[in-house]
Amino acid sequence: MAVRTVLQQADITRALTRVAHEILEANRGSAGLVLLGIPTRGVELAERLGALLTEFAGMPGWSCPVGSLDVTMYRDDLGRNPVRSPAPTRLPSEGVDGRTVVLVDDVLYSGRTIRAALDALADHGRPAAVRLAVLVDRGHRELPIRPDFVGKNLPSAASERVNVLLTGTDGSDAVTIGDGAE
Amino acid sequence: MKHLLSTRDLDRATALQILDVAEDMAATQQREVKKLPTLRGKTVVNLFFEDSTRTRISFEAAAKRLSADVINFAAKGSSVSKGESLQDTAQTLEAIGADGIVLRHPASGAPAVLAGSGWIAASVVNAGDGTHEHPTQALLDTFTLRRRIHGDGSRGRDLDGVRVLIVGDILHSRVARSNVWLLSTLGAQVSLVGPPTLVPFGIGDWPVTVGHDLDAALADTAFDAVMMLRVQTERMADAFFPSSREYSSNWGLTAARFMVLPEHAVVMHPGPMNRGFEIASGAADSPRSTVREQVANGVATRMAALYLTLTGGAQ
Amino acid sequence: MTAYVLVGARLADGTATDLLLDGGVIAEVGSGLSRAGATRIDADGLLALPGLVDLHTHLRQPGGEGAETVLSGTRAAAAGGYTAVSAMANTDPVADTASVVEQVQALGEAAGYATVRPIGAVTRGLAGESLADIGSMARSRARVRMFSDDGVCVADPLIMRRALEYIRGFGGVLAQHAQEPRLTIGAQLNEGPTSAELGLAGWPAVAEEAIIARDVLLAQHTGARLHVCHLSTAGSVELIRWAKGRGIAVTAEVTPHHLLLTDRLAQGYDARFKVNPPLRADEDVAAVRAGLADGTIDAVATDHAPHPDDSKTCEWGAAANGMVGLESALSVVHQAMVETGLLDWAGVERVMSRAPARIGDIRGHGEPIGVGAAPELVLYDPSAREDFGLGRLAGASRNSPYLGRSLPGRVVATFHRGAPTVLAGAVLDADEVASRA
Repeated sequence: MAVRTVLQQADITRALTRVAHEILEANRGSAGLVLLGIPTRGVELAERLGALLTEFAGMPGWSCPVGSLDVTMYRDDLGRNPVRSPAPTRLPSEGVDGRTVVLVDDVLYSGRTIRAALDALADHGRPAAVRLAVLVDRGHRELPIRPDFVGKNLPSAASERVNVLLTGTDGSDAVTIGDGAE
Repeated sequence: MKHLLSTRDLDRATALQILDVAEDMAATQQREVKKLPTLRGKTVVNLFFEDSTRTRISFEAAAKRLSADVINFAAKGSSVSKGESLQDTAQTLEAIGADGIVLRHPASGAPAVLAGSGWIAASVVNAGDGTHEHPTQALLDTFTLRRRIHGDGSRGRDLDGVRVLIVGDILHSRVARSNVWLLSTLGAQVSLVGPPTLVPFGIGDWPVTVGHDLDAALADTAFDAVMMLRVQTERMADAFFPSSREYSSNWGLTAARFMVLPEHAVVMHPGPMNRGFEIASGAADSPRSTVREQVANGVATRMAALYLTLTGGAQ
Repeated sequence: MTAYVLVGARLADGTATDLLLDGGVIAEVGSGLSRAGATRIDADGLLALPGLVDLHTHLRQPGGEGAETVLSGTRAAAAGGYTAVSAMANTDPVADTASVVEQVQALGEAAGYATVRPIGAVTRGLAGESLADIGSMARSRARVRMFSDDGVCVADPLIMRRALEYIRGFGGVLAQHAQEPRLTIGAQLNEGPTSAELGLAGWPAVAEEAIIARDVLLAQHTGARLHVCHLSTAGSVELIRWAKGRGIAVTAEVTPHHLLLTDRLAQGYDARFKVNPPLRADEDVAAVRAGLADGTIDAVATDHAPHPDDSKTCEWGAAANGMVGLESALSVVHQAMVETGLLDWAGVERVMSRAPARIGDIRGHGEPIGVGAAPELVLYDPSAREDFGLGRLAGASRNSPYLGRSLPGRVVATFHRGAPTVLAGAVLDADEVASRA
């Protein structure tokens, strides 16, 4: 099994920094922004992006609202895989109505997780707009979904495995790619 | 988890998983939109060989909140009268395409027989079988108790060292059996008190202490929870105890006994209550009573049970 | 009639010998036997025992032909090495008149697989209220000597007393199903840890012991003979031991399943393990084994109780009591008593052939193998061991608790009235057997 590292810690930090700037630019500032990470690693990414946004926005007294949005109960593959335990959903106290919600996930692949997230989000309220930020876009979309903010485009074969490691969850930052035969 | 038949065969990790998923389900029930698409396209049959409107509507609400199609099937005749055979009914449901069967049956072990029969491919959830078990009731009781003790930090927590007293007709109580196993598995210390005629012969190996004197038990131990069981007054005719007055004065949670409980202790009852018999209204309606929470938590707990048994394909 | 030479069989005492069956008796015993025209059967390594005798068989005919018939039940008997069975009275109609018992016996004769000795009911319709036609049955062609309401207990002490006295007058024995009815209302499983856990209504040992205690005292008072059916508890063994010590005319039987199986098998609610009396605890199994070994319990009786599948593939509470046992009995006793060293093969011969023939007054059976003895024999391969499968069942029902369980030994041949009913482990064709009858 060959595994190679495609992003190191510094690469990830640079990518998140760029994405944070792009979000502020696209949103024309910080008004109404809410970040919702998709468990597990999307939550840590959202928290890190939120901290960068708070810093770059430079608005005294404003810190970027960050929450988590669990999509387990909205998945369309529950009967095909071993049973999943859901993770908590925590919405910022501001809620999502009328906000610009940026969904944050680690890897964008088939798009099914994001489809589930859009359904889940709709059950919590009616945002003014929903955007999507991902650390890695590896292609192979099965649904008409595209990201607004991408840390790294990483063309891959369907048989390969893309792994995102994050300091808070895994002890260190890295993105690796390996052939599927683990 | 293909079936949920008893709490006796739940290990600690699985029990906690169900309770934690129930926490997530409970959280969704605080939202304006309570319905989840999770079991869309699945069919859940509430197969009740015994009347129990409360349990049936709780399962029905749980299945509907998860977007399952629900069919209620009130089968006629008990096992003894051989009204409708379990096999014939099960095969009918299989032909209809049931994915889950929630079974209430007057015969102990009927869900185990159904699950092990090969008649059906559906998952089986035991909604109370004879005098054997009622696992979702024990799970919702435990869920309620854990919340009272650990609050919002309940996820992942067990009941280590929590002292629970179960009072009443242990012999005929499936609720008591399911609670004994589940509470013990989660680390609670369980005591049973009831009339000697209503404590089963042969419970020497159970992980509990057994007594017959309620006042002595209350004086001896500062319980964190007291669970009162429903007593069928028909038991009186079968000479299990002399009179309802005698029962009440010896094993009822009277106002005086309620006063003796520690400040923090909660009072539980699986319902429906015989007020003034096994439980005084003052105790049943006090803020320390969890009776209404138990009902509300029943839906979340049963959502968790249905979710965990009906999803998960290639394992 | 064809003569048979069984070559190189081993008797219960260990001696190897040839046996010549001819002219309706065991004609010769010794080595190097031959007879012109005789069929030679290689019995090398096989144990030869007198044909087994069952005191307690439910043949279900008349009325329960969906579960068993006299023909199918005696085929099962032959497969298990039995040459005589006692047909219990709880048929429909009940065997409480001479015509029913004569019919059952005639069906047995016609089938030809084994001697069928009908048991008469003690009370009319097994209702426990008035006596059945005991005298008529005793004097009928069926010559009934054993009377039993098995399935239900003769619970009323006054009726029991009268029945004991009345049956004594005809030289018979009353076989009691000891089960105090009020202590077993709704009972489902031996009362103990397993019944408590499974939520199955308890069937206490005392419900059996209370009746046995009463009945041995009634037997003493009336001077009548009492036989205790399917004794199952340690306390019952003690009571029989006490009664025999007092010289009371009591005998007792134990079933193979009570020698081997316990109530813990009910844990999956598999109703194949539902039986009356219920499977008991480890200490009861140890006590009935010891009682059988020391002679307190006289005989093994199968309580062969066939039921159709749908009476067993249902909830425990709705399922019928009983298990088939004829085909498996010798293997079960082999495992429970011989492999444990509690009985040798001579002991097995005693408890499965000689004692039951004596208790039931079943003539021409249970005679020690020797010149002039009745040619009722079983050849058994004690070295075999296999998972007991459906192929071993020869009756009409399949409710055996042993399916899938490894058991020792195997019946290779059975001879009834000098001719085989089983050869090379296979039950002979019904037409062939009937043609000799």
